[in-house]
Amino acid sequence: MNNFSYTQAGSAKEATGIRKDKPQAAYIAGGTTLLDLMKANLEEHPQLVDINLLPFKGLEQTKDGLRIGALERMSDVGENALVKQQFPAVSESLLLAASPQLRNMASIGGNILQRTRCGYFRDAAFPCNKRVPGSGCPAQQGDNHNLAILGVSEACIATSYPGDLSVALAAFDAVLTLENQKGKQRRVPITEFYRLPGNTPHIETVLEPGELIVSVLVPAAAYTQRSTYLKVRERSSYAYALTSAAVGLDVQGGSIRAARVALGGVGAQPWRSREAEQILTGAPATEATFRAAAAAALRGAQPREHNRFKVELAQNTLVQALQKVAG
Amino acid sequence: MDTEPAFFETNPKAGSVGQPLDRVDGRAKVTGQARYSAEFNSLPGLVHAVLKTSEVAKGRIQSIDTSLALKEPGVVAILTHQNLPQLAKTPNSPEGKKAIGAPMGFLPLTTDQVHYAGQPVAIVLANTLERAQHAAALVRVNIAAEKPLASYADPRAELFDPQKVQDGKTQGHTVRGNPKAAFAAAPVQLTHTYEHAINHHNPMEPGSTTAHWEAPDRVTVYESTQGVTRTQKALSAMLGLPTEQVRVVTKYLGGGFGCKGSTWPHTVLTVQAAKAVGRPVKLALTRPQMFTSMGHREDQTQTLKVGATKEGKLLALIHEKTSTTSPWDNYAEPNSRIINLLYNCPTFESTYQLARADVMTSTFMRAPGEAPGSFAIECSLDDLAYQLGIDPLEIRLRNYAEKDPSNGKPWSSKSLKQCYARGAELFGWSKRNPQAGATRDGRLLVGWGMATASYPVHNNQGTARVRLYADGHAVVQTGATDLGTGTYTVMTQVAADALWLTPDKIRFELGDTRLPTAPNSGGSVAAGTVSSSIYMAAQDVWQKLIKLATQDKKSPLYRAKAADVVVENGRMVLKANKAKGEDFATLMKRNETTDIEGTGNGKYGAGYESGLAAGPADSGHQDDMAGHSMHSFGVHFCEVKVDPDLGTVRVSRWVSVHAAGRILNAKTARSQIIGGSIFGIGNALMEGTFRDPNFARYTNSNLADYHVPVCADIPDMTVEFIEEHDPYINAMGVKGIGEISMVGVSAAVANAVFHATGKRIRSLPITPDKVLETKKVQA
Repeated sequence: MNNFSYTQAGSAKEATGIRKDKPQAAYIAGGTTLLDLMKANLEEHPQLVDINLLPFKGLEQTKDGLRIGALERMSDVGENALVKQQFPAVSESLLLAASPQLRNMASIGGNILQRTRCGYFRDAAFPCNKRVPGSGCPAQQGDNHNLAILGVSEACIATSYPGDLSVALAAFDAVLTLENQKGKQRRVPITEFYRLPGNTPHIETVLEPGELIVSVLVPAAAYTQRSTYLKVRERSSYAYALTSAAVGLDVQGGSIRAARVALGGVGAQPWRSREAEQILTGAPATEATFRAAAAAALRGAQPREHNRFKVELAQNTLVQALQKVAG
Repeated sequence: MDTEPAFFETNPKAGSVGQPLDRVDGRAKVTGQARYSAEFNSLPGLVHAVLKTSEVAKGRIQSIDTSLALKEPGVVAILTHQNLPQLAKTPNSPEGKKAIGAPMGFLPLTTDQVHYAGQPVAIVLANTLERAQHAAALVRVNIAAEKPLASYADPRAELFDPQKVQDGKTQGHTVRGNPKAAFAAAPVQLTHTYEHAINHHNPMEPGSTTAHWEAPDRVTVYESTQGVTRTQKALSAMLGLPTEQVRVVTKYLGGGFGCKGSTWPHTVLTVQAAKAVGRPVKLALTRPQMFTSMGHREDQTQTLKVGATKEGKLLALIHEKTSTTSPWDNYAEPNSRIINLLYNCPTFESTYQLARADVMTSTFMRAPGEAPGSFAIECSLDDLAYQLGIDPLEIRLRNYAEKDPSNGKPWSSKSLKQCYARGAELFGWSKRNPQAGATRDGRLLVGWGMATASYPVHNNQGTARVRLYADGHAVVQTGATDLGTGTYTVMTQVAADALWLTPDKIRFELGDTRLPTAPNSGGSVAAGTVSSSIYMAAQDVWQKLIKLATQDKKSPLYRAKAADVVVENGRMVLKANKAKGEDFATLMKRNETTDIEGTGNGKYGAGYESGLAAGPADSGHQDDMAGHSMHSFGVHFCEVKVDPDLGTVRVSRWVSVHAAGRILNAKTARSQIIGGSIFGIGNALMEGTFRDPNFARYTNSNLADYHVPVCADIPDMTVEFIEEHDPYINAMGVKGIGEISMVGVSAAVANAVFHATGKRIRSLPITPDKVLETKKVQA
């Protein structure tokens, strides 16, 4: 790890101002992902700007939905009674992630920006197009057991976002509020926030240099209340998802009026499946419908040697999640 | 440097052997008083070492540029193969390796060759850890890389017959009877192949060394080792110093599981670094370095052919193992050992095949050989049971070995039938549905499985010293190691009983080469050997006291024959008239004797019951006392719940019953069986290190991606022991339980998965992808 300086910013303006002067500086909130990356020499920053004093806090129900400050901690949001009642998938995605210690530290904004667990990215001794553009992707012929099968490219097959929360956010059309160095705010749907790898897997989001995540808005709907997040992993806790599904259904008289579906662990980004939603919408809430939706969600999957199982597992995960909320 | 509290705090009322005495070192550990090998920070001028390791697996170092790193503040030195002080001996030749007792026939920083990814290529020394880490990142190592070979599975790998494996301890080829003919003629024939992922030990405490040269020819090494004596021998051979000039200290160890059983390169490199800079040096391996510094359980495939009668009686067992080894050593864990002796089978054959790859040498890991070997035999036996429609427990009873089939010798003791019966009762095995894939709990499939466990009693020589003081306390010393499993506690109990004192009067010291020598704490030998040594040393004290009494005119025992005197309730009394005698304090005070010292040698033979060890001397063969075969036995019963759509397997119930001679402490023993079973569940369901086939480098060398069980993976576990009195194994009749706890565990889980799903998974770990992809077997 390189030496770095540490500054506590009192305002967004101060924080972005430092980044303007020092583009290589990084913001730090909970630090649970950044410090790991720095210790492993995967990221180097001359300066860390602590943004914990910024007013990006709070958790409230607005007329547009649930507004979560980017500096709220995972555990606080996950355990919040309102979130548990009105947005169970969001709560579950938070509480099934990481460990209690990490959840107590990690911020919502930091969670959204966590980086891949691909073993080739996490070890600087390997080539990795995401880390060193143009160096190659050994995962294609190597250890791809945990990696993506949808939205991948020849340059990168990482599950660029390996976590859980953004999968739930992607399902429910969450919108991020960002603030740039000029103090200007803009709103970006989470489904447009992450970028597919293509030939530039090192560019992971549409976040501009120095831009901050201020808050997340999750619109409320019948299907957010009737939602779940199902996570499949190799041990019962403290493991990244092999596959996961965030789903919400609005079912009336056995028929699906509206559906939201996103998959985790399988996509180069949190994988919203409008194909599955199309099949679900207007159809009877039966296993046959769910199976058809799952097949549609995985159509076009490009598995490699060690992650072939994800094609079936992701479908089964989605079906099970849908069955759970359909009741 | 005194590191122990003067006396351990204990509950004096629960002292006797077998009682669940709380850990005597528990308070020291939870309050931070217990110092581990990387915690001797007050040594004057202590320097922190960081290893710079090779990114590539094969190549030759062209140049090492240390100029940038050396400019950093606080950097003391950077040592490479070009400037590290020369050793008197290295393991780089077979003779050197043998003299040192090294686990690997190669020492990094002795040449410019790179043989494995993660091989140390430089040692960076600085006055703080952070500065050393940073400087290490600035060292530029230019290696001319070559394409490495990652494993025996690579088509380029060349398989060879090693003649012997495990450093010559195991024959590469063993035949008993005519197994090929017996198999060919067998009415029932099974041939199955089993695969095992690489496993890494990953104790909580990483490998760590603090080296302090107190004089140019005298060094003290605080080392995380399972055996100070073995480390001392290895270091003195490499350094060219007499053993008394090398002191090795291990007061506390945070687990080992075998990876701390040998002296790996980082230890001597740290000692050499300290010599080079003339200051104490401390090195603690990082977690990623733990995957490439202290060995691993090798990647391997086993094929087992089973020939049997239609009644399920074994006729032939033919075992082949293929595994990866390093460029220098013929290491393979001895899987065949347990297959040869677990069941009554008239013929047997085993063959080992190895392939060299650009990896470090693998090493023993908890139950080496027995763990994977039991997976093959116990899954195959389960197959046989289903194929013939026999209950899996019943088929094991039909093949019960009343003597050791591998050599025809009687067992020193064997209580496996009692273990089966008690385990089956606790688990409710009689209610088992004989049909596989037929029991459900909601949408989950429920399966029951069981497997036999066995582990040899590798007896060893050990020594102990007991000094009894007239004021009623005693100091007990031996150079053993406590891996964290309870050695401090159980040995305190043994000494207390042998001296008729309460445990709070015992000060027990271990982990220092200045103390009487003890064997490595490995192969489950420590409990039996060390307890017997202490017991014998206490007897030596009593004999000296009796001699003193019989020569003391004022003693009631004056002129009695020593053989007529016994010790009861702490008093020396006449056998014929127990009212006549006195206690040691009275005798010693009258004679103005402040203390009496006794020494003891733990080895084979009975003693605990009769009051004196009476067995013959070491017969020469480690595992053969008076013509007996010495083993622990036990059984695991397991229930799993499998999600057929998600492929997830969760262990929902667990029963282990073992017979392992005398159990020294009911609580620490239970904990050890639980720990070993969890270790085995990890091996069964989640542990596996992935070595990239093109780079021969691990892709998951951290504890987020190398999965070990978490609490949520483990149900309440039921553990019981069958009382067993073995008059042959050692003075205390203790067999040791460190390893048997994990033998058979992976098979019990796999057998339960089969019972749940009808799917036979022969590849470890049993992860969801394998459950989904494996087709159902027609049972």
